[in-house]
Formats: sequence, C-alpha cells, structure tokens
Amino acid sequence: MIYLDHNASTPVDARVFEVMVPFFKESWGNPSSPYRFGNQARAAVERARRRIADCIGCQPDELLFCSSGTESDNLALRGAVRALRHKGNHIVTSVIEHHAVLHTCQALENEGFQVTYVPVTSDGVVDVESLVGSLRDDTTVVSIMHANNETGVVQPVEEIAALAHKRGAVFHIDAVQSAGKLSCQLGKLGADLVTFSAHKLYGPKGTAALHVRRGTPLASVMTGGAQEFGLRAGTENVAGIVGFAEAMMLAFEMVESEGRRLQTLRDLLERGVMSAVREVRINGAKVPRVPNTSSLSFQGIDGESLALGLDMRGICVSTGSACSTGETEPSHVLLAMGLSPRDAQGTVRVSLGRETCEADVDTTVRALMEVVARLRQISSMRG
Amino acid sequence: MGNNSDDPNHEPGAQQGPVLFYNEVVIDHFMNPRNVGELTEAETDGFGLVGDPACGDHMKLWIAVRDRRIFRIAFKSFGCPGAIATSSMLTALAENRTIDEARLITDDNVIEALGGIPEKKRHCSLLGVKALQAAIDDWEKRRTRP
Repeated sequence: MIYLDHNASTPVDARVFEVMVPFFKESWGNPSSPYRFGNQARAAVERARRRIADCIGCQPDELLFCSSGTESDNLALRGAVRALRHKGNHIVTSVIEHHAVLHTCQALENEGFQVTYVPVTSDGVVDVESLVGSLRDDTTVVSIMHANNETGVVQPVEEIAALAHKRGAVFHIDAVQSAGKLSCQLGKLGADLVTFSAHKLYGPKGTAALHVRRGTPLASVMTGGAQEFGLRAGTENVAGIVGFAEAMMLAFEMVESEGRRLQTLRDLLERGVMSAVREVRINGAKVPRVPNTSSLSFQGIDGESLALGLDMRGICVSTGSACSTGETEPSHVLLAMGLSPRDAQGTVRVSLGRETCEADVDTTVRALMEVVARLRQISSMRG
Repeated sequence: MGNNSDDPNHEPGAQQGPVLFYNEVVIDHFMNPRNVGELTEAETDGFGLVGDPACGDHMKLWIAVRDRRIFRIAFKSFGCPGAIATSSMLTALAENRTIDEARLITDDNVIEALGGIPEKKRHCSLLGVKALQAAIDDWEKRRTRP
C-alpha cells in the first residue's frame, strides 16, 4: 500500500506508541483520584501539558486537552461567543474552513448569532480586504484556519490576528493541518485560541488540544467535572495525551528537515503529473502551501472514480476532504476558489507523509497517468 | 512503504477500501466496463444523451438495431464508479434484447444484476436506463421519419 492521505490521518509513530503503553497497562488510574496511583496519571498529564506548551511557546495553563480537532473548534467558537455575548453577536470566518468550524457557525446562526463568511481568491487565500470590511463593532470572534486541509494553502493568519485585535475581537486559528508541517510558534501567530490535533502529526486519534491565551473569555461547553481548568469536563485521555506530547515533540524537532524533504517529493509529483497528463490543474500552486499537500484537478473525469482506480492499485488518496466523501456535492473549498462544479468533481488530494519515498511518488505518477487515461477513454465529456 | 512486497499494480480483489462500499461485480464493471466506445453515424440507429454535466453524471449511449433487436450497443460515461458500473451493466443487459424487452429494463434490474450498490449510489443506475430509453425513442423517431 502507498498511503498518500496524511491530511486525513497519520500512523502513530512507534516512539509515540511506546510511551503510551504504560498508561494502559500500569498507570491506568484516574488523574482526579486522591491517592498516589491516581497521581501517577495526573503527573503524566501535567508533564505532557508542559512539553506541548514548550513546543508551541505558551504557558502550561494556556493549554487544555479534549477529544478531537472538531471538539476543540466547537469549544473555541461556542465558548468564546457565549462568553462575549454581552459585547456583541457577530462572528467572522471564511468560506473554506473545515466543516468543524463551518457547521458550528451555521448552528450558531440558528441560535441567533450573525456570521460573515469571507471569500477567498482563486488561489484559495482568504481575501484580507474583504475580511477587514466585514469586521464590525459587535464582532466578537474571528476564526480562520492556518492551512487549508484540501489545498494546503497557508492563510495570512498573522495579519488577520492584528486586524481582529484592532477591532477588539478574539481570534481563533484552526491549526490542525499546519501543526507539525509548519513552525507553529504561538508568539508569531498571535492568536487567542488555537486548535491542534494529535492524529495529524503521528499521534493517536481521540486527542486534541486548545490553546487559550491567558485572559481570553471562554465559557465551557461540556458540563460535568472540573477537569481542564473547568473548561472541559470529562476524565482525561491519559495515554492519548502522553502520546500527543511525544508526537508533538518529534514533529517539531523535524519540522524543517521533513518539510524540505516533503516539498522536494511534492515538486517531483507535480512536475511528473504535469508532464505526463494533459489538462490538469494544481490548485493553489502559486501561493504558499504546507509542503505535503497537492490538490489536482483532472478535466473530464470524476475524482471518486480516479481515487477508486488508484485504490485498486494500492494507492490511497482522497477526493476533497475526507468528511465530504459520500456527499454528492463538490468540495466547498474548490467551488469557493472559482472552479466549475465539473472541475471540482475531477479533483483528488494527494498528501504525503513521513513514510513516503521517491519510489512511491514515481509509482503514483505512473498510476495517475494510466488511470486518468483509462477514465478519459470512458468519459462522455471527452471527444 | 517504498518497498512494496505486494505488487502495487495488482488490480482487483484487494480486501481494502472500496470492497466495503462496492461489491466485486461493481468493481469489475468499473475496472472493465463492457461496451465502452462509440458507434459511427452510419452504424447508429438510435442515440441517447442524458445527465447534467454541471451536477455530475453524464452519459452517451448508441444502439444499432436489426429486426427490432439491439445487436450493438456502446456507451461513454462521466461520473463516479457507480455511474460507470451501472452504465456498463445496463449495456450488458440490453445487448441482444428486442426493443420491447429493452424498454422494460429498470434501474432495479441493473442494481440486482450488479448484486447491489451502496444506497447513496442508487440514483446512478437511473442514468443508464434513461439513456437507453432516450436512444430507443430516437430509434423510433428515425424509423418514422419520412
């Protein structure tokens, strides 16, 4: 198998798995229990919190753990807009956000909040001018992703942070697709709330974090016990959190070298595809992207058919974002960039990772060439 | 992952991904669709074009008819694996059938012949049936043309 869907999930690094095991087998206590056995688990959670805080550049008490990037996005948005309801009820986000943000914003609209969805350029970059125009006195929260999951396009979050703060709004970044691929130093990003997920950076599924800058108003969404500073009730996923910290450390250690390696491989892939296949477009090619992601639109064929053709050759790629597979609508991200529904339908996302090597890229280029040619022969949209 | 012990070019039957969604018959008709191609204008007795390219599926279907029997059929489809497989199966069902028999082929017949298709792909099977009906309508129009 050649796995090229690392934006969907990554394998757990062997070193990460290793440090998790004791918290299933020996130190499996509840961190909130009042005896030494529980304290072992508590100490592990707090040590993991410190390690991640050191990586990203914040204080340990500015980091809370939860179960998924989706939960973290929900807590950031719902928690901040509720805590700031007395100041206003307007939210600003973009049309290319992950459904974890978009569908949460839509749910908040049903609760009476107002939301502006800022458009993007044809390269898939949030239109900053339009964002500035959308900010109002009653805007309480601005939420923009760091890197888009489908195209890999990096958003001008530093600039947007300054703009949001100038208008007194809280700024949330969904950094799920950038953490471990780009340097995510919080001091540089300038956000009040930042979402991270473990399984996108070779950690386990079921573990994520929300950075909450000191003084940021946030109401809890999950009610129950007093875990995670009273902001996220529920017994901590101790093994997951321990693994997350190890994964984050490893990812940050190799972010530059691995970034260069992946960029070289992606260039090889894209050059190979461009020379082997006609009428193909690389989405977001002209602007900065995370180094592992390539969004390729092939004219006259359907992306799901292409993905299945590749799957039959043992190559895993995705069509648009993993969550929209099965829905018949073409990707909202590609449509927002101005692709026709038909071109958006002919798109696959290839996302490389740590185990990807040059031979995998060569095999994939050859397979793409052959499967695309076969589907175009069948296609009624050609000739 | 670079050293694949198993041949990456090995095609069908992989016990992964798609098998959960599409059965082996559907996969076979997707990988090796029957009757793909076009008939020339001279060979064509009926032609059908269906689908909305803006929203996805699109299909062209040609039939050659002799003594009220479809003796040649050809298609081209743009769409998901479900659309390609159901198009292929529809042509396999219609080939060598009389016009009257072909008229009676339903989307359920196509799905049954494929041994089932995922629920959200059911609508795909209508594409081929509609294209065949359109081609037969066209054949009738051509016959009655003075």
